[in-house]
Amino acid sequence: MIQLTTPFTEEKIRALKVGDAVEITGIFFTGRDAVHKYLHEGGALPPGVNLRDGILYHCGPVVVKDGAGEWKVTAAGPTTSIREEPYQWQIIRDFGIRGVVGKGGMESRTLEACREHGCVYLHAVGGAAQVLAECIKRVRNVYLMEKFGAPEAIWELEVERFPAVVTMDSHGNSLHEQVLADSRRALASRL
Amino acid sequence: MNALPESLLELIRRTSAEIPDDVQRGILRSLEQEKKGTIAESALKLIERNIAMAKAKSQPICQDTGSVIFYVDCPIGFDQVRFEETARDAVKLATQKGFLRQNSVNSLTGKNDGTNLGPGAPMVHFHQHRSPEVQVRLILKGGGCENVGAQYSLPDEKLHANRDLKGCRAVILDAVLQAQGKGCGPGVLGVCIGGDRATGYEFSKTQFLRKLDDRNPVQELDSMEQEILATANELGIGPMGFGGKTTLLGVKICAANRVPASYFVSVSYMCWAFRRQGTTLDANGAIAGWLY
Repeated sequence: MIQLTTPFTEEKIRALKVGDAVEITGIFFTGRDAVHKYLHEGGALPPGVNLRDGILYHCGPVVVKDGAGEWKVTAAGPTTSIREEPYQWQIIRDFGIRGVVGKGGMESRTLEACREHGCVYLHAVGGAAQVLAECIKRVRNVYLMEKFGAPEAIWELEVERFPAVVTMDSHGNSLHEQVLADSRRALASRL
Repeated sequence: MNALPESLLELIRRTSAEIPDDVQRGILRSLEQEKKGTIAESALKLIERNIAMAKAKSQPICQDTGSVIFYVDCPIGFDQVRFEETARDAVKLATQKGFLRQNSVNSLTGKNDGTNLGPGAPMVHFHQHRSPEVQVRLILKGGGCENVGAQYSLPDEKLHANRDLKGCRAVILDAVLQAQGKGCGPGVLGVCIGGDRATGYEFSKTQFLRKLDDRNPVQELDSMEQEILATANELGIGPMGFGGKTTLLGVKICAANRVPASYFVSVSYMCWAFRRQGTTLDANGAIAGWLY
């Protein structure tokens, strides 16, 4: 198990290969459909959100306020990443993200941006909202909550030993491409 | 029906936090089958841990608590208007309690008012019967798996699918291939052969009310279910699309009549976080028993 801590250096990210199991400690910023479209259309990152050398997590958590008025994440697995395929390459390029955490994998434009800019796609287990919420130790802040609502807001989270697998690395390799090609061949011989 | 509000809240809580036994057994079986030390195996182990944690903490198995779909079997004369009002209140309260995420967005304005109420949210399907019994079933269907559902219109020349069961098989397996790991596999397919575009999808979802280990009473459909399950699990897509032996936990197929001009095959995909529960209610609306 490879331990990673944010912020990342390019060198550290380039050393990762498809199939590596990692645990990440540090800061996650969440961002999903509304945030991607907003940034793609030229929207500004709210002050306080710094994605450079960090993680963008495709996630819309369940968040409740506890008795003391503090936000508490009670469920926080990844959402399907492929919907961000039209935007992700640009956001990796413009904001210097080193790791995209999500599920289901992404396609060629994102893979190419990972290769060009030194970024990886980290696959978390979809649906595992409790195990992953347990890794979130604290909510630091929330941005664009009014505009987008809780699931689509940018949440700044402190995470500890968040488990993920590198499924797209910065050298042009994608587990998703490989499984798709193999399964397509397997199906063709069974039709 | 004084106890109805409490019963529906408990139904929502339990559906969101506890996986049905039949599904859990399926996941355990797939964990045994995956090769030790693979990322597929560790994904399934994490899923197992997640199921136990959600139950112990009474919190959502998955943060996407999905579309809220009630299926109500009720006697003639049952007050459906009151039921629907009570269901809406229960959904709102369950959202405040964190059993459901603030998950319902106005499609025109993009606003999420945090109540989970709006046109089509929640959805309630009533079915009258001649027995006095009231049964309420609930499915919480996440968006990730809903997005990989597909509707095919046969013939589909690209997939060499004609208007016969062989053609149906080809398009159903195509849906599995296209879904890869995006719907949070290992998943379950609910399929309807025939119907119009709306009833096709609607009937495909009612297949998720069946237990995973039941058998289809229609012989052709039963063979198709078994064969497609076996073939899908030979494709190597595996849990989360990581590669591996379990791509699907189950395949459930029904057929509806169609007009001669149409031949739809509607495929709904349910993720491993298969949230389905049901209860029988007594005359006061209290929970008399669980259905799964």
